[in-house]
Amino acid sequence: MTDAYTQLVSNPFGGFVARNLGLPRPVELDRHRPGAPLIDGRVLVGAAPGGRCAAAVAAVLAEAGTAVDSRLHDEVRQALGAAAIDAGVWNPEAPGAQRWKGLVLDATGIGSSGELRELWSFFHPTIRRLERCGRLIVIGAEPGECPAPAAATAQRALEGFVRAAGKEVRNGSTAQLVRVAAGAEGRIGSTLRFLLSPRSAYVSGQLVRVGAGRDVPEVDRERPLRGKTALVTGASRGIGEAIANVLARDGADVVGLDVPALSGDLENVVEPIGGSAIAVDIAAADAPRRICDALAKRGGVDVVVHNAGVTRDKTLAAMDAERWEATIAINLTAAERINDELLARGGLLREDGRIVCVSSMSGIAGNAGQTNYSTSKAGVIGMVESMAPILAERAATINAVAPGFIETAMTAAMPLGPREAGRRMSSLAQGGLPVDVAEAIAWLAAPDSSGVNGNVVRVCGQSLIGA
Amino acid sequence: MSPSPRQAVVLASNRIPFARQSGPYARASNQDMLTAALDGLVDRAGIAGERLGEVAGGAVLKHSRDFNLTRESLLGTRIAPETPACDVGQACGTGLEAAILVANKIALGQVESGIACGVDSTSDAPIAINEGLRGVLLEINAARSNLDRVRALGKVRPGQIVPEIPRNEEPRTGMSMGEHAAIMAREWGIAREPQDELAAVSHRNLAAAYDGGFEDDLVTAYLGLERDHNLRPDSTPEQLAKLDPVFGGAEGTMTAGNSTPLSDGASAVLLGTEEWGAERGLAPLARLVDAETAAIDHVGAREGLLMAPAYAVPRLLARRGLELQDFDLYEIHEAFASQVLCTLAAWEDPVFCRERLGRDGPLGPIDRDRLNVRGGSLAAGHPFAATGGRIVGNLAKLLSARGGGRGLISICAAGGQGVVAILES
Repeated sequence: MTDAYTQLVSNPFGGFVARNLGLPRPVELDRHRPGAPLIDGRVLVGAAPGGRCAAAVAAVLAEAGTAVDSRLHDEVRQALGAAAIDAGVWNPEAPGAQRWKGLVLDATGIGSSGELRELWSFFHPTIRRLERCGRLIVIGAEPGECPAPAAATAQRALEGFVRAAGKEVRNGSTAQLVRVAAGAEGRIGSTLRFLLSPRSAYVSGQLVRVGAGRDVPEVDRERPLRGKTALVTGASRGIGEAIANVLARDGADVVGLDVPALSGDLENVVEPIGGSAIAVDIAAADAPRRICDALAKRGGVDVVVHNAGVTRDKTLAAMDAERWEATIAINLTAAERINDELLARGGLLREDGRIVCVSSMSGIAGNAGQTNYSTSKAGVIGMVESMAPILAERAATINAVAPGFIETAMTAAMPLGPREAGRRMSSLAQGGLPVDVAEAIAWLAAPDSSGVNGNVVRVCGQSLIGA
Repeated sequence: MSPSPRQAVVLASNRIPFARQSGPYARASNQDMLTAALDGLVDRAGIAGERLGEVAGGAVLKHSRDFNLTRESLLGTRIAPETPACDVGQACGTGLEAAILVANKIALGQVESGIACGVDSTSDAPIAINEGLRGVLLEINAARSNLDRVRALGKVRPGQIVPEIPRNEEPRTGMSMGEHAAIMAREWGIAREPQDELAAVSHRNLAAAYDGGFEDDLVTAYLGLERDHNLRPDSTPEQLAKLDPVFGGAEGTMTAGNSTPLSDGASAVLLGTEEWGAERGLAPLARLVDAETAAIDHVGAREGLLMAPAYAVPRLLARRGLELQDFDLYEIHEAFASQVLCTLAAWEDPVFCRERLGRDGPLGPIDRDRLNVRGGSLAAGHPFAATGGRIVGNLAKLLSARGGGRGLISICAAGGQGVVAILES
């Protein structure tokens, strides 16, 4: 599944050459395998004094049976003991040969710029001890909620640390910041599991905000979407196909949707996963009604993934109106109209519903030749932000993922120069796979992700573009 | 628990200075040293000719001829030969376990007095013949005809001349005790510096004890040695920091300076009822109030070999309704500085106390100024079975000298065991 360059630098000679020429040295990323442990190695946890997420972190690791270490006099040990974790001890003064697959610091207690030293104390002696495809996670507070400006300042500073750390960790490792609102500590489980696990292989340098939400239900970790119906637009190929497969793997009853012209491809996707198909052009005037009618026949829907999208690239001066209209209509207006119809029909989006949109790095950074596409994908972000409070009122959520360079038929057709640049200009120095986008969507769609609302999470390997 | 009808008291103790392996006591046997320690006690307590209830003691490294080591040693002293003796063995816990045994007999009213003692020589160590040669010799012994004897003799091979030398090795893991302690040090993240600091304090405290005359009625010179051979009064953490690691590989933190050396020596403690002592003009130094022995699974489970005292103490505290902080003095045997530091770390750790001990909270820290105030095994040396007697005698005198108080003894032993006891005065 890796590209030729990644294979080349994975062999000793290629690695030697790349190292000496200062070339990127991507590694083949760990990806989720059903039945595999949450994280394939030990996790070091720590807490800045006065933190409030230790118990929630301990609960996640205890349930997963993860082997945990901490510093001996770290406040976090109280929580580890309470969670029945027989945690090992880490002392940077007596380092030995300890290495970890995950480093997790509860930084919610940091209340001043001086206390940011906790970041250094915890990660300085350990960052080089992060194993291949390791996970560096900082848990912070919402700056907006901090009563003191000094605390808000320090909490905002965490973002810079994580983004820089993401660029320093090597070997396929990632770094993330999880901001937890006061009182939402018990909601971080699904996010922490996603970010620790290989499911987040191509997600790095991201800020995820976890807020209030309805109580987290009991979820079968192997099949969190069991009993849920999920609509996936643009499901016949590429990323849409991967989304359908991953949601089905997670237990969802998948309803794939695509234009009638691609019905054959769509059938080939939904048939093996026991799903069903809707052949409709989402840009058509009656599409929202027809889609919602079809969903009503199935008794409603729990998860809607707005994945369908098109590119009609031209520089703005050369772009005709049709290219503009079609791109905006399919990528943005169609999703808006489907959402409106869905919400207008009362309980059609069932309790605890999830809407997940697919934005794009182009929507964040802008891309020459894609004024139409960038506009539509930035609009998707706007839609997520503006709709989030409305969905929160219905105990539902809306979020977006923003893929970076993903290896698809579309990117394979790109000229070599831009293609290689797209792959290497990221911390992970490689393109992502459609499944990476799908895993992020599955996390946002899960019933235990109720605290994640209004987020836009990039699946871009921490691309240098638009960072 | 119901209080025992009476409690044994420590009346006196004596030991010979401890020597490093192949040092001044290189030619002294276990019996020689134990006899000297017992005779010194007889002099000190004025009990020559007394028939005592029992003398219990032992040695960890023992020749097969010393099957009745304590009794044979006793017969060489001025204790009445009508005094019975028994050999006790619990590795490094032998000395303290012997004291518990005698104290229990006193508490039960079975005896009025007794001596607990211990001795070890790593210099005059038993060397056994090769297992292969032993098999041949046993076969010759069992043979009925000369022809069979010749045939058996023909099985002797040159390699069988290599003898079996006793090793400081755990039989079930094949690792030395030092390597086990190094694993513990690594697991508990015990750094080099606090180990060296603990060792330096041990030397400083023991040197001060000698200089201040504290040891005068605890130690009797032997074979020209007046103080412990291993004691380095001018030892500093800076000097100790220069030593190379001996356990735990190149990255290890344990050195010859913060681990006890192989040593030779003997000790003895006189116990009795208060009345028995009073009749002989012996004032009670301290009562042996209670004791607990624990063992852990260092083979199957992942517990550290020398962590058993960390389990024994909380059990003892729970039984007595005491907190770890309810002691005026602590005597934790310094087998290795890392063992002491691991034990203290464990008691302060919410995870260990919850997961391994099943407690709601940690036992908490101790006041380090109350720990091994007259030095410990790192300075004195550690002739295995003699250490318990040294510590009991030492703590009893300390408690008595300060006009009362409570002291805790904790001793780790091979095989994943730990013996702990409480003395009160």
